Amino acid sequence: MALYLLRRLIGMVPVLFLITLISFGIMHLAPGKPTDAAMAFNPKASLEARQRMEALYGLDQPLAVQYQQWLRRLVRWDFGRSFLDDRPVGEKIAERLPITLTINLASLALILLIAIPLGVVAAVRPGGLFDRLTTVLVFIGYSMPSFWLALLCLVWFGVALRWLPISGLHSLDYESFGLIRRALDTAWHLMLPISIAAFTGLAGLSRYMRSSMVEVLRQDYIRTARAKGLSERRVLFHHGLRNGLLPIITLLGLSLPDVIGGAVIAETIFSIPGMGRLLYEAVMARDYPVVMALVTIGALLTLIGNLLADLAYAYADPRIRTGAEPR
Amino acid sequence: MGLVIVAIAAPWLVPHDPLRITLSDALLPPSATYPLGTDQLGRDVLSRLLYGTRISLVIGIIAVGIAVIVGTSVGAIAGFYGGWIDAVLMRLVDTLLSIPTIFLLLAVIAMDPSERLLQLAPHLPLLGHLLTLVDPQIVILMMVIGLMSWMGVARLVRAEILSLKEREFVLAARVLGASSMRLITTHLVPNAMGPVLVSATLGVGGAILTESVLSYLGLGVQPPTPSWGNMLNEGRIALGVAWWLTIPPGLCIFVTVLAFNLLGEGIRDRISRRE
Amino acid sequence: MIGALALLVAPILEASSESKPVTGDAIVVGSIGDASRLLPILATDSASGDIVGLLFNGLLKYNERLEIVGDLAEAWSVSEDGLTLTFTLRPNVRWHDGAPVNAADVRFTYEKLVDPSVRTPFSSGYELIESVDVLDARTVRIRYREPFAPALESWMMGLIPKHLLEGQDVNTTPLLRKPVGHGPYRFVRWKTGELIELHANPDYFEHRPSIDRYVYRIIPDTATLFLELLTRGVDLTSLTPLQYARQAQNPRIERAYQKFRYPSFGFTYLGYNLQDARFKDVRVRRAISHAIDTQAILNGVLYGLGSRATGPYPKESWAYDPSVTPEPFDPKMATVLLAQAGWEDRDGDGWLDRNGQPFRFTILTNQGNEVRRQVAELVQQHLKAVGIDVRIKVIEWSTFVHEFIDKRRFEAVLLGWNLSRDPDLYDLFHSSKTKEGEYNFVGYANPEVDRLLEEGRRQFDRQQRRRIYQQVHRRLAEDQPYTFLFVSDALPIVSSRFRNVVATPIGIGHNFIDWYVPREEQRYRALLQP
Repeated sequence: MALYLLRRLIGMVPVLFLITLISFGIMHLAPGKPTDAAMAFNPKASLEARQRMEALYGLDQPLAVQYQQWLRRLVRWDFGRSFLDDRPVGEKIAERLPITLTINLASLALILLIAIPLGVVAAVRPGGLFDRLTTVLVFIGYSMPSFWLALLCLVWFGVALRWLPISGLHSLDYESFGLIRRALDTAWHLMLPISIAAFTGLAGLSRYMRSSMVEVLRQDYIRTARAKGLSERRVLFHHGLRNGLLPIITLLGLSLPDVIGGAVIAETIFSIPGMGRLLYEAVMARDYPVVMALVTIGALLTLIGNLLADLAYAYADPRIRTGAEPR
Repeated sequence: MGLVIVAIAAPWLVPHDPLRITLSDALLPPSATYPLGTDQLGRDVLSRLLYGTRISLVIGIIAVGIAVIVGTSVGAIAGFYGGWIDAVLMRLVDTLLSIPTIFLLLAVIAMDPSERLLQLAPHLPLLGHLLTLVDPQIVILMMVIGLMSWMGVARLVRAEILSLKEREFVLAARVLGASSMRLITTHLVPNAMGPVLVSATLGVGGAILTESVLSYLGLGVQPPTPSWGNMLNEGRIALGVAWWLTIPPGLCIFVTVLAFNLLGEGIRDRISRRE
Repeated sequence: MIGALALLVAPILEASSESKPVTGDAIVVGSIGDASRLLPILATDSASGDIVGLLFNGLLKYNERLEIVGDLAEAWSVSEDGLTLTFTLRPNVRWHDGAPVNAADVRFTYEKLVDPSVRTPFSSGYELIESVDVLDARTVRIRYREPFAPALESWMMGLIPKHLLEGQDVNTTPLLRKPVGHGPYRFVRWKTGELIELHANPDYFEHRPSIDRYVYRIIPDTATLFLELLTRGVDLTSLTPLQYARQAQNPRIERAYQKFRYPSFGFTYLGYNLQDARFKDVRVRRAISHAIDTQAILNGVLYGLGSRATGPYPKESWAYDPSVTPEPFDPKMATVLLAQAGWEDRDGDGWLDRNGQPFRFTILTNQGNEVRRQVAELVQQHLKAVGIDVRIKVIEWSTFVHEFIDKRRFEAVLLGWNLSRDPDLYDLFHSSKTKEGEYNFVGYANPEVDRLLEEGRRQFDRQQRRRIYQQVHRRLAEDQPYTFLFVSDALPIVSSRFRNVVATPIGIGHNFIDWYVPREEQRYRALLQP
């Protein structure tokens, strides 16, 4: 097992390297320079001034050299400084990560809370009314453009009903609130973003849950359990659910990179300073250090997530767990 | 359940020219002449919506088509030959899957490849033909969205092929002396298509959503060509003022994607019942 | 062009009956973009500029009549030969940390502006300076190599603190995020991507601003910004023409807000690539100008919230020549001119042609500007009526600049210029400024205009300069290197609880420190700690 783990980890390194190389290449294929926002079409910025700026950012050097410099910094865990405002990239990411994590984890929790019971109950009677109803409901969420839903909700809940704030994370006087009031204030502001994220993301997990449960409930050991006279509830939850959850865990592992990702449009609409906007603005402004950092981290998390998912699967499937030869 | 799509497809019944600008009629609420009102430049919303239908469907279907073709080829080859070919191809797939999609999308679109595409056109007759029918920008969109999604298809196909490889009918065909090529194309791939079909149908929905997101950001279909996404974008600034600019396009996207998704699910159910 | 509008603050104390200084309350400003660097010499984006304008002052500024007056400078003079500027600073102006603002800061600011390792784009205004001498704590003398009239405007740049920045790397100093200024407001906090908060500076040399708190909220989506307006979450922001014209019918907004309207300082234009054989002919350019119904565009896209541009100067500029009239909308005249230039519809397909080639060109414009895009579509429609086939291409900004403008790979562009108040247009129209990356990308070259532009820079006397630039205005109107389309209006909207808000040619922010809210209408309580 440990050997397998080690092998996988080592195998990740070249892949990571390749990913950063490809991303660097793509990034630089896009025309434009990070200095454009400030310099281009600024009548006060002469051509010489622009060229000077580019040199200052190291942009006048050949690509291979630039890549090397970036790589060298990376191994020292230094992501460099953003071209937009000269702040350390790590700082910019650290600023935005908490809020994105909060929203993602909260909506994930919400999804799990809803999807699992939904999936279980639907699986009990596949094709039944409950099943069909929830399918449609869940798909409605999945098929809706989230930004459209967000705008509509804002107009309805924010303007028409005045129940929820329109944008931002905190009220203006947040700083003067006590701890509890602060928590409530934040929750109030995040209610819409989290709900919408959950609603639109529900389908994936709940469908998986349902089909996995259906599969599980068809198994012999379930029939055995029932035959043994165990209560339906025990059958369902103790035997069924435990096994039905496995694919979910795999799925969770695979969605690890999404936890730090943000939805650009939702963040823009709700004025949330999150990771999605960071990436979007960085790409548009050709802020190479930030883009490379985010791509690298994202790639790393994807690889780790895959690994975790595979491990979870292996763990769950006793055949592999004993370290027997892969069949 | 999912055959609502047919009703949406190919509407040639546009009441007004969707591109005609009539400033005096700007921002009218729905009425008899303009069933869904007009936008800022006085263009009929309904007509633009109907036109947008074609754009969205075309993009969705072709993008998915590209994904399926590329993905099936790669997956089939990887699954069939196995060994180092498999390893290399799958590494490639994994690598590409690890790059955040938004980044790829944005970077590619920012590159404004339409110029280069136009330069390539004389060399590839199919491409050239396509470009005369449709804006280069839209071709780019289709290609980009398609090339983002082939990886999933490849994985699916490979998994299917791997399991199908050992089945009797394959062994039988081999014994009968069928060449590898024949094996792949006539025996394996068609049987692997089940899950691919599901994925494709769901993919169309996804592609339409992606296109609307891109157009909303201003990076997708360019005006004046109407697409649901860019209509939403344009309607944004009139949000509290003209609801008919925001609700109908979103509704269209929603209903269409829903239809495709339900269709996909239906197919999936059929297949799993068959097994 | 949405953003907050707090401009440089003016020391004009109107003795009006309404301006009893009642302090308190907060003003919440809505902005699409976040600031990036809060130091005057590095503040390149408009959000940074807005905040910096409240935290820092320059030696000079424009008053509400667009005259140049002293800001931090109590007195100033220009030598006879135009080569020396001398400034005397006010006494008792202090940095927010208590240290005095003095002439050494002026010199330090200059040094950093021309320092090649400092990433400032503003250096070109200071390159003609030969020396900056500190004569005493309050007096500074600046010598130029040549007379340079735009220099006065260049000294409206905010001064940076020598005692805090000396020896530091200005590019990465923590002062970029936690600035120490000397202006009417002092910095409190900046939550990236969310808001920037400033508090009134009680020791400001003019007088303490009446509004206690200034909160700059970052709301990147125009739809959301508007919704915030509907729910009164924002007190000051800019409206789009559509919003201004349409939600005028919304009683909720009418009651709660006051709208303003004044011409912005810049213009929108259709620029031609003068290297293109078709556009070399001035008849073609004038024909296109005649074929475009600019008034209709103004009415339709801007809802009438703007005015026709007759040349590179808006009406408010003192260099504007009122004798220049806009090209009248005359499609028949356009057809005549085009025919003279050889363009007629000989094959009857509806498009003009010459030597078998149809008249077809592409207008490029940048992504992200709704108004501009609509203008392009209308231009397309108007030109179609005279038989010219126009395609429109909207391109993302960076790509646009690099691939098309810089490399001159365009036929026509629809763009705008935001101008500074000084009428020097050397960089835009002088024939020497046509290198890649420079701004005379249309390739205009007129020796007479060149001469005028050079002369205008060297003259300090405003009367003289006016004569010169008015001539420039006339020449450019004749030559039409651009079709000058329109000047749009700035449309700020302010919550009605603020008093003393007045629209002037320079905007509404000139007397920002005199805005106040009567006690009974105040909405936000003052923060207890600074």
